[in-house]
Amino acid sequence: MKAICFYFQIHQPFRLKRYRFFDIGNDHYYYDDFLNDEIVSRIAARSYIPAAETLLRMIEQTGGKFRCALSVTGTALEQFEQYVPEFIDLLKKLADTGKVEFLAETYAHSLVSLTDQDEFAAQVKAHDEKIMQLFGVKPKVLRNTELIFCDDMAGLIYGMGYKGCITEGAKHILGWKSPNYVYASAGCPKLKLLLKNSKLSDDIAFRFSNTEWDSYPLTADKYIGWIADTPAEEQIVNLFMNLETFGELHPQQTGIFQFLEALPRFAAERGIEFWTPSEAIGKLKPVAELSVLHPISWADEARDTSAWLGNELQNEAFRKLYSVAERVRLAEDRRLKQDWNYLQASDHFFYMSTKHMADGDVHSHFSPYETPFQAFTNYMNVLADFIVRVEEQYPLSIENEELNALLTTIRNQAREIEMLNKEAASMRLDIEHLNEEHRLRKPEGEEKAKADKKPAAAKRKTSKTKKA
Amino acid sequence: MKALMFGWEFPPHILGGLGTASYGLTKGMWECGDMDITFVIPRPYGDEERHFANIVGMSQVPIAWRDVSRGYVEQRIGNLMSPDLYFALRDHIYADFNYMNTNDLGCLEFSGRYPDNLIEEINNYSICAGVVARTIECDVIHSHDWLTYPAGIHAKKVTGKPLVIHVHATDFDRSRGNVNPTVFGIEKDGMDNADHIITVSDLTRETVITKYGINPAKVTTVHNAVTPLSEELLNVEVTRPKEKVVTFLGRITMQKGPEYFVEAAAKVLKNNRNVRFVMAGSGDMMDKMITLAAERGIADRFHFPGFQKGKQVYEMLKASDVYVMPSVSEPFGISPLEAMQMGVPSIISKQSGCAEILTNVIKTDYWDIDAMADAINAIITYPALYNQLRRDGLDEVNRITWDKAGQKVIDIYRKVINNR
Repeated sequence: MKAICFYFQIHQPFRLKRYRFFDIGNDHYYYDDFLNDEIVSRIAARSYIPAAETLLRMIEQTGGKFRCALSVTGTALEQFEQYVPEFIDLLKKLADTGKVEFLAETYAHSLVSLTDQDEFAAQVKAHDEKIMQLFGVKPKVLRNTELIFCDDMAGLIYGMGYKGCITEGAKHILGWKSPNYVYASAGCPKLKLLLKNSKLSDDIAFRFSNTEWDSYPLTADKYIGWIADTPAEEQIVNLFMNLETFGELHPQQTGIFQFLEALPRFAAERGIEFWTPSEAIGKLKPVAELSVLHPISWADEARDTSAWLGNELQNEAFRKLYSVAERVRLAEDRRLKQDWNYLQASDHFFYMSTKHMADGDVHSHFSPYETPFQAFTNYMNVLADFIVRVEEQYPLSIENEELNALLTTIRNQAREIEMLNKEAASMRLDIEHLNEEHRLRKPEGEEKAKADKKPAAAKRKTSKTKKA
Repeated sequence: MKALMFGWEFPPHILGGLGTASYGLTKGMWECGDMDITFVIPRPYGDEERHFANIVGMSQVPIAWRDVSRGYVEQRIGNLMSPDLYFALRDHIYADFNYMNTNDLGCLEFSGRYPDNLIEEINNYSICAGVVARTIECDVIHSHDWLTYPAGIHAKKVTGKPLVIHVHATDFDRSRGNVNPTVFGIEKDGMDNADHIITVSDLTRETVITKYGINPAKVTTVHNAVTPLSEELLNVEVTRPKEKVVTFLGRITMQKGPEYFVEAAAKVLKNNRNVRFVMAGSGDMMDKMITLAAERGIADRFHFPGFQKGKQVYEMLKASDVYVMPSVSEPFGISPLEAMQMGVPSIISKQSGCAEILTNVIKTDYWDIDAMADAINAIITYPALYNQLRRDGLDEVNRITWDKAGQKVIDIYRKVINNR
């Protein structure tokens, strides 16, 4: 008995417009709406929409035996709402089948998990709320940005209420072990891990249309055969990839959609089921604990975080960005908070990678910039303006700690005022009670005398006491 | 393999990039081994480096018979040429050139520069080349730049050996399109007669093919390289001003796009007064640039120190934070590589040949002054960018060595010799 666990990623960042240094302080709008519209609409038309329709058909045709998971970032959802609302409707339809699980992740596809735990929790919560609002479901399994994971995050993730986490089956972590099992995290043994089967995932994601590949052409029959031929005790094959794989990376004419659609039929023949991540975690027990000391991800050959934080440019931009994290959290300006979210997208750091000399074809393929230096310059200019705006709210001349102290004082005072208010209220109440009692007592004496005279008045008073 | 090279400049007495490239390439080929190179220049000074090539000066090549003693030759030109070679050359005088303005040794005078009577000097050079080619044995002839194409053609006719010409620049680069018909004629003639053409960039290759109508199959690009700098130059000491320094270094001519540098400077200075701009060099557009800087109101932050030579160049670079080369059309452009060797981040125009091989530089269109200003500002404002470009740029430029370029040229020699 085997199962395939499919998960597809959907993410689009808000790409920045060309922002020169003389715009700093003058122009506070950072996004290239035209480019974003163009890219999002194009990818939706070529890939997301036909892929989602295919998934929907697969669920219907198999009577719900086919199932999978989707993870859609908040920034992607916002852009779909703006540019291709029909795709949101499709996602809703998928959600309504009950066979598609939506995963939790950070709202803006950020790298915050590597630096700030509180902020990470807040961003995941914001994303959960967005998913709840649009699709009416609450995610149960977490997928961190680019499958980044390490032991230090495990406790936090479990503490946030997620039973499982999705990450990369990196060779240097697994060693001789197979990714085709459920593992427990060494950082928090209650948190279960689902590991990407890199070989089989990349067969679809990267090699499918490569005519030089010795297994070309890849058919559904052959592919399911490979999965069926894995050792019998390996029960779960995790196939994680971007949804753009279908239609964008491999254009429709390569037959990628037909390949996808044919999978359930051949899977059924070989007795292979489809599970969502939650089902996999519910049905299988972890075989062992897996320790991940340094963060891993699904990017590049190294499977670490070097695609985003691999050179000095990226690290500098990252440091600068999060140097104002605390201040932004204190701020209440909605536009500021929105920009803060958009600027955190991991993509901005990806564009700054200088690995293009060696294996960074992927980097330049996705980048709207010609060179990493341009990407850095543009981002830093935008960030400089953003920091100016943060500063306007909370001057940087005040130390973080001092600011904290001041804010604590304010908060304490607020609390004190609140307490005093409460006290005052209760005292007022007490006084009222006393008065009431006093009044009641008085009439008691009088009542004896006037009981026969004014019964109605007494009644009115008793009802008043009840109300109080 | 024996190569006879015709060149115009040779270090240390150079006027532009041609001399540096000729020197580097010759030395790089020598490092590849099994090369016997004779390098002919118009006028040697005696302080050239000679261990990797046999330097012959045209100003010591006799074209008219003079009955002189060995002692006299030794005393007159001993520091420049051995008397044995002088007499060997004298035995190969092929016509009577006594009507020309020859000196006591039967030689012509050369300035070795770019004088007003340049065409005449080129012609004289070609006359002498006939004597040289008859005397010195070779397997292949190699002409550097248009000034020596006629000499190369002459040598080819005399010896029957294959001719390779090396296009370091074309007149289209120098004139922004308004070519001088005489120069064009010489260039075209050289290209037509060459067995193979080497260009210093794909950009130049494209010009040679489209503008001169040359068969693409006989044009190959061999990018220039740089010679490692000596410890002395790397460690020159300068006192840096407290402001950031942005430098332009080169001839102030139309080809180099100096006006874009001034405009970009004005943009940067509008927002950031903590910068100084330096335009080092001289040229026919210098006065215009001084006026332009004054018009933009940035003269207090924009400096013209004039022509820099030798060590001064490296002192200038050492004191710089950014190097800018906004050339409108640059066949290769070796100066940004030198800046990178000195650890100075560079901004170069996409219209320059070196942009084809450099990755750790910022490339902008020469006319895009917004982008150029933005790049300048970014390098002086964001230390991470400065450090990244500096470090990786140094790594990159140290890997661009002449022996690799030399090997490519040797392969081309083999091809043309075997095709005979």
